[in-house]
Amino acid sequence: MLEIKNLHAGINDKPILNGIDLVVPTGEVHAIMGPNGSGKSTLSYVLSGRDGYAATEGSATFDGHDLLEMAPEARAALGVFLAFQYPVELPGVGNANFLRTALNAQRRARGEAEVDAPSFFKLARAAMKALSMPDDMLKRNVNVGFSGGEKKRNEVLQMAILKPRLAILDETDSGLDIDALKIVADGVNDQRGPEFSAVIITHYQRLLDYIVPDRVHVLSAGRIIRSGGPELAKELEANGYAGMVAEAA
Amino acid sequence: MSASLKPSALQGATEAFVTRFEGLKARLPGDGDQREAAAVLLRRTGLPGPREEAWRYTNLRSLADQEFHEPLTEVADCAELLARVPDIDAPRLVFVDGRFRDDLSAVPPTAGVRVGGPAFGLLARPEHEKLVALNTMLAEDGAEIGIAAGVDAGTLLLISLATDQNGRAVAFHPRHTISLGEGARLTLVEIGLGEGVYLHNPVTSVVVAKGASLTHLRIQNEGAAAFVLSTLYADVAERGTYDSFTLALGGRLTRAEIHARLGGPNAIVHLNAAQLLADGQHADFTTVVSHDAPNCASRQTVKTVLTGKSRGVFQGKIEVARAAQKTDGYQMNQALLLSDEAEMDSKPQLEIYADDVKCSHGATVGELDPEQMFYLRSRGLPEAEARSLLVRAFLAEALDPITHDQARAAMEAAIALWWERHPA
Repeated sequence: MLEIKNLHAGINDKPILNGIDLVVPTGEVHAIMGPNGSGKSTLSYVLSGRDGYAATEGSATFDGHDLLEMAPEARAALGVFLAFQYPVELPGVGNANFLRTALNAQRRARGEAEVDAPSFFKLARAAMKALSMPDDMLKRNVNVGFSGGEKKRNEVLQMAILKPRLAILDETDSGLDIDALKIVADGVNDQRGPEFSAVIITHYQRLLDYIVPDRVHVLSAGRIIRSGGPELAKELEANGYAGMVAEAA
Repeated sequence: MSASLKPSALQGATEAFVTRFEGLKARLPGDGDQREAAAVLLRRTGLPGPREEAWRYTNLRSLADQEFHEPLTEVADCAELLARVPDIDAPRLVFVDGRFRDDLSAVPPTAGVRVGGPAFGLLARPEHEKLVALNTMLAEDGAEIGIAAGVDAGTLLLISLATDQNGRAVAFHPRHTISLGEGARLTLVEIGLGEGVYLHNPVTSVVVAKGASLTHLRIQNEGAAAFVLSTLYADVAERGTYDSFTLALGGRLTRAEIHARLGGPNAIVHLNAAQLLADGQHADFTTVVSHDAPNCASRQTVKTVLTGKSRGVFQGKIEVARAAQKTDGYQMNQALLLSDEAEMDSKPQLEIYADDVKCSHGATVGELDPEQMFYLRSRGLPEAEARSLLVRAFLAEALDPITHDQARAAMEAAIALWWERHPA
């Protein structure tokens, strides 16, 4: 379970999150929506431990572990996964090597046995098939020369292989055409289960047609101003953020 | 700072070497006139000093402060060093403290090999390169390797081991030649390992005849207190290829200097290198590529990783003669600084006298990308592992053209071991 209490955070002393309270129970998928600049990406970076994004007040725990005190790799080993809005290119690093190194680093940190190369490739090929990714994407350098859609699919592939317990998807739908959107949504839906939680950060309601969330939260000026069921996303789509933001102010 | 002291220290070192030559010369094998001429040159000009353009970034002062002796002739114990020689299935020529060791070597059946004296060759220019004058004066041994026309000689190892002679600093100056006849082929893997303080000052001449191809892979993994100053001359004829890669990760003060001449049309020269430098190390990769014929191509990808207080140097000169139309020259020098105290000096030079040529060069100096670091760590890689992965990715471009699997594996292993010893 992810529990965020009165979280204040910012970048280089500039406050962006102004007291977030959010609980995502194990097994649930929650969507966070909000206008540009509301703090959505900052929240994802604070939860995953990016340098320069410091919490100044409040707490964020996952299954009782204080995330804010942990190194990014320790959060990953605990099962926290961030799907990047802008996946990073790694020239000179093969995708297969990257994925296996990451998987085994997490397994080592958890005291589990490492996965050998044949078992890894079996696992990876199955995951790629499910995401309609050609096999040669394993041989290419990580995200180098990938289209926008391929990069996002590669994020979901990493999620499928690393099998996190808490996935944070930061605008994974941006830049995707409708076919890619469905593939990505299927990839997330495949992970859903009693042990999997997700925070889906999105600007648009469209993705939520395919990944139906248990709860929807609206973020504005670094605070959650409304929470509701999936119907809240539809309301936003119809009326926009302006009215809701004005009402909260 | 007393700059006036430097020439005298170098002068003192020069005197010591010349005095050694005077004492030894009756016993030294080979052409005595060449040696005398080199001694005259050296006595007149001394060792290279910081006021010379080619030695602006690499100061031999620390070498001059060191007194060097003759390697002792009794058989040195090199079992430990031998055990560190990477596993490469090939015949081998092993030199210990600069002297050929028949008992450790396995001479290849497909190559003509002569040892027991310096293989002076015809390419070296002691009048231009002072360390080559030093080598010519004192060279005692070396390998003369000849591959007959049309022969594919496979892989050959040329190994230099420097033993720690109970703390006695020694100097040795091997002199090698490698000649490939028309259409001949050879992969030469050169490995340098050592312990203790020593000066290893090898000079090598490489002659590649028409249509021949030499792949020269060098692993310079010498002792941490070693001075390693190598000079190589290569002359490549029509459609010939000299494809070299130098991995430098050992030594205290090292320089690999290469003069490569593309002497016939459609010749190819690759001078790639990777340097990994830890605290206190200085490594210099200096190249002069002379395009003297049309339609030739030269490629240089040089990558340097610097940690601690280390200093890396790359000097790359491409000369294109008037006759060398349609030259394709490429030079890329990139450095990764993993410490605030490290320094990289990069000096590309183009001298072009032909009008229809394509020559490009670039140099970058940077740090590890924090975005890439965070991406890897967010996937579970501990910081040190993420750095190691990114450093290897940085080196990959230089290493990737190496197609010899065992040599490539040996280099990867040397890099991995280096990284374990010097985690940045």
